[in-house]
Amino acid sequence: MSAILEILGQEPYWSFTRAALFLVGIASFVGANAAYLVWCERKIAAYVQRRPGPMEVGPQGLLQPIADAFKLFAKQVLVPPGADAILFRLAPVLIMTAAMLSFVAIPYGSALSPTNIDLGLLAVFAFASINVMALMLGAWASRNKFAIISAARVVSQNIAYEIPMLLTIVTIVLMSGTMNLGEIVVRQGGWFWHWNIFQWQHNPLVVLSFLTFFICMLAETNRAPFDMAESESELVAGAFTEYAGMSFGVFFMAEYANIVIGCSLATVLFLGGWNLGLGSFLASVPAWAAALIGLVAFFAKLYALIFTVIWIRWTFPRTQFYGLLNLSWKILIPVSLVTLWVTSFLLKVIN
Amino acid sequence: MLLTKEQALARSTHSVGGPNETFVLNLGPQHPATHGVLRVKLTMDGEFIQRAEPVCGYIHRMHEKMGENRNYSQFLPNTSRLDYLSAMQYTHAWVGVVEKACKIEVPERAEYIRVITSELNRIASHLVGWGAWVMDLGGFTPILYAFDDREKILDLLEGICGARLTFCYYRFGGVVNDVDAAFVQGTKDFVPYMRERMKMYKKLVTENIILRKRIEGMGMISQDMCRRYGACGPVLRGSGIQHDVRRAEPYSIYHRFDYEIPVYHECDSMARYLVRMDEIEQSLRIIEQAVAAIPEGPFVAPKVPKIVKVPAGDYTFATEAARGRFMVRLVSDGSDTPYRVKLRTPCLANLSLFEEACAGMLLPDALAFMGSLDLVIPDIDR
Repeated sequence: MSAILEILGQEPYWSFTRAALFLVGIASFVGANAAYLVWCERKIAAYVQRRPGPMEVGPQGLLQPIADAFKLFAKQVLVPPGADAILFRLAPVLIMTAAMLSFVAIPYGSALSPTNIDLGLLAVFAFASINVMALMLGAWASRNKFAIISAARVVSQNIAYEIPMLLTIVTIVLMSGTMNLGEIVVRQGGWFWHWNIFQWQHNPLVVLSFLTFFICMLAETNRAPFDMAESESELVAGAFTEYAGMSFGVFFMAEYANIVIGCSLATVLFLGGWNLGLGSFLASVPAWAAALIGLVAFFAKLYALIFTVIWIRWTFPRTQFYGLLNLSWKILIPVSLVTLWVTSFLLKVIN
Repeated sequence: MLLTKEQALARSTHSVGGPNETFVLNLGPQHPATHGVLRVKLTMDGEFIQRAEPVCGYIHRMHEKMGENRNYSQFLPNTSRLDYLSAMQYTHAWVGVVEKACKIEVPERAEYIRVITSELNRIASHLVGWGAWVMDLGGFTPILYAFDDREKILDLLEGICGARLTFCYYRFGGVVNDVDAAFVQGTKDFVPYMRERMKMYKKLVTENIILRKRIEGMGMISQDMCRRYGACGPVLRGSGIQHDVRRAEPYSIYHRFDYEIPVYHECDSMARYLVRMDEIEQSLRIIEQAVAAIPEGPFVAPKVPKIVKVPAGDYTFATEAARGRFMVRLVSDGSDTPYRVKLRTPCLANLSLFEEACAGMLLPDALAFMGSLDLVIPDIDR
């Protein structure tokens, strides 16, 4: 056994072992997150609405996601007559693949980052854009009027929101001077006022950037109050109207995976990633403990953001579709352009 | 709006192909926003509605015909199944028309009980309508808060009449059971509780910027349109016409209480929303006064025959139900069953203006507009 481990620990085998370990890790992280974020969402919703939420399966309903998964697996995946069978089946696969691939580039801790790509930020956005295409394909292929209306909405919404989001990202890239996500985190090390969200001197409007990013993230992941793609009271189930069983389940999981990615990015870009923000406090503890504390700090920030996302959903009503587009084109894009201009001006002046 | 034959033909056919292609979207009978089996045939140009044609009849139960086949007291439970959310006012109209025809004197105490229960029912109905509408707009939480409050009303009403939804509490000449001290005390406690909750709803929902942007200036119904279609209830009062059956055609003892008829002149969906919220406050005022002044005495008139025979003639009686003017027209030939029963229900009148009002609207706006009419589908079809 130890001999095998030793061989696996040496190059060239180590690269493969590492890849396999991270793949298993990411797959289980995505699965567990999707399953238990649903549970969290239902519990938070129940808390907001003053009711107990899922209680029947397991203590506090903790086994509810597993029961739900069994139910979804047991259901037949129906392809409606007249639908494009190949695209219809391909869309959930595509959306889940893109969501999982995005996880590869995210640095979870100082010692835990699947890959260290120089253009990590770009990679995440490249994968995230597939999300829109998959939703549109699925909706288009299901040959349902509600789904097609929803597909049109998804595309116009995502085009509108990707622009301010990317402009904000460019601002952060200018501030950090790199597109490597791990590097961005390292540069926010030290005290918590070194985090990008507190970098007033480079970008006095950085809080606005953070808000823009957060709103765009909500819109990109089709979460309330921007859940135009699903909007169940108008479009039945929107893009997922014809999907049944696990094919719907995969879309549902991908939605939660995208929320995790969006919130991870917000943590990495603005909130210092794995940095605890307490100066040289971590220098005195052993390296493994520092790495562990960093991991805990990352996940604490991540789940605080996810909680906010869920909280918003159960508090606000949905926006009107044209109001949503107006918000992007008339407010968010000008604001993010001004932020970008101010940042680049200040950087040029200071340096 | 009356159409010429050419206009009707031009509107009914939808073009296929070309830049002006339209498609037909079948909204319902099983659609989450219609809250029942209403079907709306939409001719759509993209997301814009060219024509919306409501198709009724999916839950038609022949209530009017049933009225011709059963005697007066047997038809009483039917009336509470029209608009099941405001059953009290509906049964009130039926007992009212029979009492008017047979000249039955209703005791004081019974009138007070009727006013209290009707107003409690109105609050419960508005809470459901409000919660369901905000849910249509994508806010999931308010409906659970509304049901929490409604539960308190239903518990009170269950205590005196046994039913929780389709109340059949009124009888010819009074009510079926007397109210007990627990009901009176519970109602007294409910009024301040509900006032506190209304403040919370105002902060949480009414003043929410997303909701206001969504429904302000949307779904205009002009006064002229209200007149042409016979709109009633909060829809009419949201268009600036101060008409309430409780004031305009006074019945029961409503004239004794001090309350206002809320009216808004904006004609949009927000006006209808605010009318309903204000009506809850006004109902609380009426309940407060009625509970304080409820007299002792009999709760049902003595000597009302078991089988009522209404003298031959033509009678009408209207009440202000939660959704508007509900009127019963009764034609009697002197026997123990009605000759003809005509039920004039508010939801059908309010639905009829839907087609004209939502031409050119966006699909999500049209559904939000439908929510502002607060339709109860069994009330439309009867």
